[in-house]
Amino acid sequence: MTHPHAPPLLAIRGLSKAFLGVQALDGVDFTLRHGEVHALLGENGAGKSTLIKTLTGVYQRDGGTIALCGEEIAPRSVEDAQRLNIGTVYQEVNLLPNLSVAENLFLGRQPMRFGLVDRAAMRRRARVILDGYGLSIDVAAPLQRFSVATQQIVAIARAVDMSAKVLILDEPTASLDAQEVAVLFDVMRGLKARGIGIVFVTHFLDQVYAVCDRITVLRNGRLVGERRAADLPRLDLVAMMLGRELEAASHRLAQPEEIDDSRPPLVRFQGFGKTRSVAPFDLDIRPGEVVGLAGLLGSGRTETARLAFGVDRADSGSVTVDGEKTQLRGPREAVRLGFGYCPEDRKKEGIVGALSVRENIILALQARQGWLKPIPRRRQQEIADRFIRLLDIRTPDAERPIQLLSGGNQQKALLARWLATEPRFLILDEPTRGIDVGAHAEIIRLIERLCADGMALLVVSSELEEIVAYSRRVIVLRDRHHVDVLRGEDVSVERIVASIASESPPSPVPPSPVAEVRP
Amino acid sequence: MSLSLSGSTRNLPQYGALVAVLLANWLLFPDFFSIRLQDGRLFGSLVDVMNRGAPVALLAIGMTMVIATRGVDLSVGAIMAISGAIAATMTQAGWGLSAVLAASLASGLLCGLWNGVLVAVLRIQPIIATLILMVAGRGIAQLVTEGQIVTFVSPDLAAIGSGSFLTVPMPVVLTVAMLGLTALLVRMTALGLMIESVGVNRLSSAYAGVNTPVILIAVYVWCGLCAAVAGLIVTADIRGADANNAGLWLELDAILAVVVGGTSLLGGRFGLLMSVVGAAILQAMNTGILLSGFKPEFNLIVKAAVLLVVLLAQSPALTTLLPRPRGAQPIKPHPVAPKRTTP
Repeated sequence: MTHPHAPPLLAIRGLSKAFLGVQALDGVDFTLRHGEVHALLGENGAGKSTLIKTLTGVYQRDGGTIALCGEEIAPRSVEDAQRLNIGTVYQEVNLLPNLSVAENLFLGRQPMRFGLVDRAAMRRRARVILDGYGLSIDVAAPLQRFSVATQQIVAIARAVDMSAKVLILDEPTASLDAQEVAVLFDVMRGLKARGIGIVFVTHFLDQVYAVCDRITVLRNGRLVGERRAADLPRLDLVAMMLGRELEAASHRLAQPEEIDDSRPPLVRFQGFGKTRSVAPFDLDIRPGEVVGLAGLLGSGRTETARLAFGVDRADSGSVTVDGEKTQLRGPREAVRLGFGYCPEDRKKEGIVGALSVRENIILALQARQGWLKPIPRRRQQEIADRFIRLLDIRTPDAERPIQLLSGGNQQKALLARWLATEPRFLILDEPTRGIDVGAHAEIIRLIERLCADGMALLVVSSELEEIVAYSRRVIVLRDRHHVDVLRGEDVSVERIVASIASESPPSPVPPSPVAEVRP
Repeated sequence: MSLSLSGSTRNLPQYGALVAVLLANWLLFPDFFSIRLQDGRLFGSLVDVMNRGAPVALLAIGMTMVIATRGVDLSVGAIMAISGAIAATMTQAGWGLSAVLAASLASGLLCGLWNGVLVAVLRIQPIIATLILMVAGRGIAQLVTEGQIVTFVSPDLAAIGSGSFLTVPMPVVLTVAMLGLTALLVRMTALGLMIESVGVNRLSSAYAGVNTPVILIAVYVWCGLCAAVAGLIVTADIRGADANNAGLWLELDAILAVVVGGTSLLGGRFGLLMSVVGAAILQAMNTGILLSGFKPEFNLIVKAAVLLVVLLAQSPALTTLLPRPRGAQPIKPHPVAPKRTTP
């Protein structure tokens, strides 16, 4: 639709951005053409957010160039980006729900008449704009009366009306149901026909193939590649996102010992699930068994772990521990049952930063004993010292505030917290995230040792090699459903990737994407 | 934040400020430290400081733990008014001392329970949750006294305010007793650890199995009890209950005492004794200004200036600027780890 030699709508070259020594973007290229929907994909920490925020003026880049229609730009703020015709719509609608639809559309640029807001003109123009999106609603009604999808379209209409060249949609479908997604896609196709370039960020692969022309994949702040959607099989896409060369052989480090499947499970979840979190699943875990949870970001891995520990309460299904049906009303109940949980977000949900390593280690044990039975100081010291030695937690002494330790040592201290309670079932969510290589290997060895000691483990990890190395069984998740179970010989990186990439089975009701639960 | 300073040097600003204020008083009023025994009770300016400071010190004891959970209790002044009103009205109506004390203290516990439930169960922000009782509580006290200033004649009850035990004024005895009891309760059990843990990170604590609602309710209930004792002392002292003015604005003095004592409003580590020292600093200043013969108008400004100095002395930003004392490391603000943005 444009001259082949005309400069692309948006050309980013060699973009770099670091935060306090962490390279969030490292020489990334990105090209957006007129009238295309371009998916920007990548796992956690890939740099998608940083790229978008650099493009919209939230962050200032360290290096590289951004050219809009061949002209170099340097947006200094969100308003600046808007003036340059770069508009953004986020997952959570950034509008004012108590104001009317028309006011939201024209906020900050209301049509004026004699120095006053011309409401009639505003409503008239609002109606015209929204008609263009096939949306005939009462523009004088407060925005909050309408569905999230409608609000999303209003947000898009506002962004397009203000700055009509580049539109960034940052996970706009995360809280929409299937019909709403379809409506949104129609809107996107309409905008595309008008020559607008759309950057589309999503976790749902089905949606990528439904609406996108091109795909750019980032990983760890670097560009992995740009492909035409039609030329990129799903399997290759997943491999690009996860960074796996499919040819590369992966082997299991240690073959877990044979476990008799006929033995009764320690923990059995049946039809366990929560609407808008994870679809009901069945899961049995036996003593000495490690079960891995694999899937892309947002596939329901963390949600499964949270349900299993009672952090989120399941609204369907049952839990059986040691053959006895039981309730899982919350973490306290789970601790009483002998469960333990190391959450993904260590800082916010794991450590108690200002307290000492000793206090962090004995916290769960003390909580289980109750406040009336304090663990004597000497005993606390013994427990802390024992685990500091056993797990090789590097700290000058047990009295150091845990927030001053490195990530790996914090993680080991959290493991110590649970090991001190002698748990039967331990849930680890990304136990090796953000940990240096040495500590990484130690934690994997520790997982294997715990399993050999007869503990049951449920481990979430985005490191597939890692999962393959220690898991006896791997459960694959996609779009918040447990879609596959791999066991024995089938536990391999290739099989996991293939399973993640396989098409969702055609069904009358597509899996409904639900609100992203961010820790 | 006390990580790099040992226990003895950590509280230096508080002790230093107390000594400085007392010395200033002594300079203004050379008889400041003289204490005499009269009618089996100690008298003197220093005794007066402790005696007058008792209500705020009591409030500060309860407030310390609330603040350690990252909360605040604005209603303690109103609770004082309620407990005082109940004590005075019941005494006037002829009830015995034990019934009066029980009812008065129970009212404090109940008020604390109300606050605790709002904060822990209904998850209302503490400042708003306790604001409700701060406003309503004074109304409740006025209902109890039917809008009158209720006076009573009861030597037994009055003794709580003006009596003495082994020559020490009763309010001081009660404050020390409450301090001891509270310290015993939190440090001999695991409550102290759990209070600090909830204050630093409520989510992590809950995931570790700590019963966070119960801990939160407990600290507000105890804070209510401390306020009720303070209300009893004030009522007993003036032998009457003034629902409008009893404990008025004392919640702010109590918060100030806690902060001067070094417990952070961000929750976590707390020091009960230091909060009492903070209350003593405030009271010593009040007394000193009164003794000095300055116009009372200066009172608030001098107080504010001294407090600013004490707080600056604790400020991490300042300690990094000043030359560090031998062997001590500057307290650095916790380094903020690079935030990895989740795409």
